[in-house]
Amino acid sequence: MSAPYLHPGLPAPTPARDGLDAPFWAGLRNERLLLQRCRNCNRWQWGPEWICHRCHSFDLGFEPVPAHGVIYSYERVWHPVHPALQHQGPYLVALVEIPHADGVRLLGNLLGDPQQTVEIGSAVVGAFEHHLDADPAFTLLQWRRAPD
Amino acid sequence: MDRSLRGRAAVVGVGQTTYYRHGSSPHAEARLALEAILHACEDAGISPTQVDGFSSYSNDRNDGPRMAAALGCRELRFSNMFWGGGGGGAAGALQNAAAAVACGLADCVVVYRGLAQGQFGRFGRGPAAPHISGEAAHTVPYGVMSAAQMFAMKVMRFMHDHQVERSALRAIAMASYHHAQQNPLAIMHGRPLSESGYDDARWIVEPFRLYDCCQENDGAAALLVVAADAAGDYPHKPCYVLAATSGGPYRAAAPVHNTPDYASSHFQTVAGRLYAMAGLGPSEVDVLQSYENFTGGVLMAMVEHGFCHPQEVNDFFTLGNLTAPAGRLPLNTSGGNLAECYMHGLGLTIEAVRQIRGTGPNPVPDVEVSMMIGGPMVTPVSACIFGSAATL
Repeated sequence: MSAPYLHPGLPAPTPARDGLDAPFWAGLRNERLLLQRCRNCNRWQWGPEWICHRCHSFDLGFEPVPAHGVIYSYERVWHPVHPALQHQGPYLVALVEIPHADGVRLLGNLLGDPQQTVEIGSAVVGAFEHHLDADPAFTLLQWRRAPD
Repeated sequence: MDRSLRGRAAVVGVGQTTYYRHGSSPHAEARLALEAILHACEDAGISPTQVDGFSSYSNDRNDGPRMAAALGCRELRFSNMFWGGGGGGAAGALQNAAAAVACGLADCVVVYRGLAQGQFGRFGRGPAAPHISGEAAHTVPYGVMSAAQMFAMKVMRFMHDHQVERSALRAIAMASYHHAQQNPLAIMHGRPLSESGYDDARWIVEPFRLYDCCQENDGAAALLVVAADAAGDYPHKPCYVLAATSGGPYRAAAPVHNTPDYASSHFQTVAGRLYAMAGLGPSEVDVLQSYENFTGGVLMAMVEHGFCHPQEVNDFFTLGNLTAPAGRLPLNTSGGNLAECYMHGLGLTIEAVRQIRGTGPNPVPDVEVSMMIGGPMVTPVSACIFGSAATL
């Protein structure tokens, strides 16, 4: 397993106490991207809600989606605001649109050279970054440029 | 039934404390808030015991009922918190106060905000907890935790879509610093900003360099709002509310950066209702205060309020166009959040009132219509338009 993209010490994500996003985090642990989909109207939504914002059904599930996306926007962070990132140097965050899930967006780090030129609209693929030493263990979904 | 605030409320008093750099107030936050309220009452020539309504925003810690008790207010009739963070309520709290006095819920409502970050911690710091859940769990582990980091991607996309040049952002920052040089209250008074000073500053998060980002400050500010028909009883030239609106477009608060119209400041619907209520358009606005959390938010907010077309921003946003007294649209004429003080935008609302009175540090001649835009990129956002008696 390669080193995590960001230095260790940031707050570890845990499922929401009310369980709303628990299937998402469990899915990442198993290297699957599970996003919320309405069983009534079959449309996707993200972040998770207790109700479908389109048809108002409460019958929502989490279904697998290929971790393939397109960069909708990005930022290169230079000024750290958490002690864990004090010596990180610049890092890239991408906002990734998932065309296979009605274009919902996920946020993650763009792997590779933090000084690389980033093109809005370019294709990316997901990379599961496991933090097995964390308590509780968790997995992040990171992104890298899709092979040409 | 008249379902408009137009001409039904007025600001009759404004007050503020000394403004401090973040963490350097010698006073507790609650005391700062009380002091600003006293100044606003003094400005209006009334006793603080006459205040019967309290309206704030951004989860202000100094809640109205406690303020009313501390001030010995004779009766509390209106106690109101505008939902949402940042400066989204900088005009929203005024909207609520205006609605309260227009409808007879209260007679004299104070709009206020107090901040002492030494006492309560800074906004621009990441969370110290070992675990995180909810929406933040989907952003913080990727290093996205400050306001600058939350909003940069909106501006990045807007700049990409409309080929915005950095000179447009620079003009916004320089206008604030330019105006602050005439304002002794401003934190950045005596510290002008040059083009190279802006260009050479370090990156915070692309596309924001240091001077694209607001300060964080300690202090407090307050405005007194009464029904319009009572405005003549107070010593200053009345400043009438022509419109105040708030909210956000469809699903603007969708979690984890899923706002449908992402590359925006969230004023798409608020601005239209604002002008409709005021019965005027952007070309009739004489002077503008537009909340700078980040320069890019100002740019998008001004586009959404119709001051220029998205394709024209590089021509419109120049220092000359944005400075008092003679610019095309003088902007943030007391120094704004960037250079006067970051009081979650309430300082901008006060400056909008001063421009109607003609008493600001950089008065624009013959102001009849003065506008304030609060809290771009959050949800809800808000905006208000003030007018002189001639506009009624």
